[in-house]
Amino acid sequence: MLIPLLAVRSLRSRLLTTVLTVTSIALSVTLLVGIENVRAGVRESFAGTIRGTDLIVGARGGTLQLLLSTVFGIGSPAGSVKIATFERWKAHPAVKWAVPYSLGDSHRGFRVVGTTPEFFQRYRFRQNTPVTFAAGQSFAADSHVVIGSEVAERLNYVVGTHVVVTHGMKDIGTSSHEAHPFIVVGILNRTFTPIDRSVYITLEGIEAMHEGFEKPLVRVAKTATVAAAPQAAAPRPKRAARAETPLPANVPAVMPGASPPPGTPMVMPGASPPPGTPMVMPGAEPPPAERPQPKVIPAQPAPVAAPIDSSAAEPAHNHADDQITAFFIGTKNRFEALMLQREMNTDFTEPLTAIIPGVALGELWQNIGGAEVGLRVIAIFAVAIGLTGMLVSLYSSLEARRREMAIFRAIGAGPRVIVSLLVLESGLLALLGCVLGVAFVYAGLALGQAPIEERFGLHLTIRPLGATEWTYLAVVFFAGIAIGFVPALKAYRTSLVDGLSPRA
Amino acid sequence: MTSDAAGSPAVELSQLRFAYARGRDVLNIEQLAIARGETVFLHGPSGSGKTTLLGLLAGVLQPTSGHVKVLGADFATMSSGARDAFRARHLGYVFQMFNLIPYLPVRENILLPIRLDAGRRARLGAQSLDSAVDDIARQLDIDPLLDAPISELSVGQQQRVAAARALIGAPEVVVADEPTSALDTDRREQFLQLLFASCRKANATLVFVSHDHTLMPLFSRTVELATLNRASDSRRSA
Repeated sequence: MLIPLLAVRSLRSRLLTTVLTVTSIALSVTLLVGIENVRAGVRESFAGTIRGTDLIVGARGGTLQLLLSTVFGIGSPAGSVKIATFERWKAHPAVKWAVPYSLGDSHRGFRVVGTTPEFFQRYRFRQNTPVTFAAGQSFAADSHVVIGSEVAERLNYVVGTHVVVTHGMKDIGTSSHEAHPFIVVGILNRTFTPIDRSVYITLEGIEAMHEGFEKPLVRVAKTATVAAAPQAAAPRPKRAARAETPLPANVPAVMPGASPPPGTPMVMPGASPPPGTPMVMPGAEPPPAERPQPKVIPAQPAPVAAPIDSSAAEPAHNHADDQITAFFIGTKNRFEALMLQREMNTDFTEPLTAIIPGVALGELWQNIGGAEVGLRVIAIFAVAIGLTGMLVSLYSSLEARRREMAIFRAIGAGPRVIVSLLVLESGLLALLGCVLGVAFVYAGLALGQAPIEERFGLHLTIRPLGATEWTYLAVVFFAGIAIGFVPALKAYRTSLVDGLSPRA
Repeated sequence: MTSDAAGSPAVELSQLRFAYARGRDVLNIEQLAIARGETVFLHGPSGSGKTTLLGLLAGVLQPTSGHVKVLGADFATMSSGARDAFRARHLGYVFQMFNLIPYLPVRENILLPIRLDAGRRARLGAQSLDSAVDDIARQLDIDPLLDAPISELSVGQQQRVAAARALIGAPEVVVADEPTSALDTDRREQFLQLLFASCRKANATLVFVSHDHTLMPLFSRTVELATLNRASDSRRSA
């Protein structure tokens, strides 16, 4: 018990140096473990973008393209799938559920997805978390819209807000279905997935929109009637300053007789072009005078996000009523997903591509996950610096402790005592550094979890240390012990040579 | 290993040569024997190899050739670990100054040799560690200081604590390297009286190195290192 006692007392007697050394190791450990945590968090939230769906099926094309266009809303799908095909696969004995997923339209820079209410029940993210509604509910009519939390936030939409969905990916310059007003009936809770940036409508809604574009009277009349009911609640515009975005004079309005109660509908301009920019509105456009003037026009700040690049969007912009972009499938038995995937990929009635989201995400991560290696390298450098600091501090304290070593030698302490004293000290420093560093990480997680999720959409889980973290800690600890040997051996050799010299 | 047969002298040097660098002898001593119970004043000017000689006596240094026997044990035949253990059990050592471990209180400093070596502990017999410390502290007049931190001690008090540590557990040989040089004249004499009394009580042989002639009469024997060491002449002329 003599040596531990000596080590503790010795460290305590040089309290400032000890605290500084421990802190420097702790900060390195914090960085190392913290980066590992962030890395795991990033990876997890990436892998957790979509869960519970066993297959995503689209027209024959690249798997990456299908994944990116459906799950992440990047780029556009290769083609479309006949609804009949979708129905056929939905009836497949291995399929538990199937929901359509139709892309091609946008609303003020946000993707419009045509699907069924079942989508909200089936879609899972993160650790099998279902999508929930922050306000309102799922759609019950063609004119109903469900929006993601970011859409609601950016555009200041609330349940009851009327919106216009644009045909095509581009906001400006393409055809705008502004004739067809939709109403927000549900706002989803934040998921930190691309869902937050999506606008959901029914397949019929998309159909109505396009039909309405071509033959407005029939369709709009029909939908408007359906839409009339929930519009009773007066829209509550959030912002007071209305004037900043004047309503474009040429907002097309096809509001025939069967229009909703006067005053209530708010026509959301599909695009807010800078004043003076001529809007190219193809198609038949009624004179503005015909349009009933809405009472309130909530001026929406222009979306910060740049509109999705539309250059690639055009091929997908071929809505036929009997076609969808893709569909999501849940199998009865997850092992059947592979079999089903093969079956679909080799089916010749309609060329399809089926992907398993987890696998495709993993492949994608392989390609884009290179940054995590960089993070690791940085963390390892940080630890190397922390340990070098410990070596320097142990080594420099040794000069002052030569006297002490000489005394121990004179008393009869052998090399084992001196080496174990110094190694124990450095081991203690490393251990304290590790413990403090881990404490820093958890304190940081506890304090930073909410703000980080709020600010960066990165959900960091507070969980016990994983194998990687333990490995790191073990490396730091044993490196600390190994570093202790350097001055310890030097101390022993010096004290052997001039150990009894009083002239320290 | 510790053949401390009662008949063998406390210290015995024969044909001893020591050089830090090859061919440049610091010490060259043909013969020196110190009987048990003697208090030897080893006198020599600075640089005459006094401290080196004490290092050899303590077994910290190994002679280039020749033999160092302490209590009959020949260091030449012992491993360095065995010499460490021998030193822990049979030797007390007092430096010129800075004898104490700064982060241990007085009591713990005195107890260090006891804690380090079970054999030395065994010599206390049934006596508890605390009462052993109290005894030796009383002899050296430092008993009120036992729980004080080292930083509060005067140089004289520190030297007495060092003496207490060297003497606890009754080692056969006490080696002191100019322990009084940092003390003023009054304190010197007082310190020596306490040291002699304690050595006599423990029946320890004292090898005391100093260049201070005035202390010479207090010792039972004086050894002039300059006359003993044949290397010193050649070294000076070199």
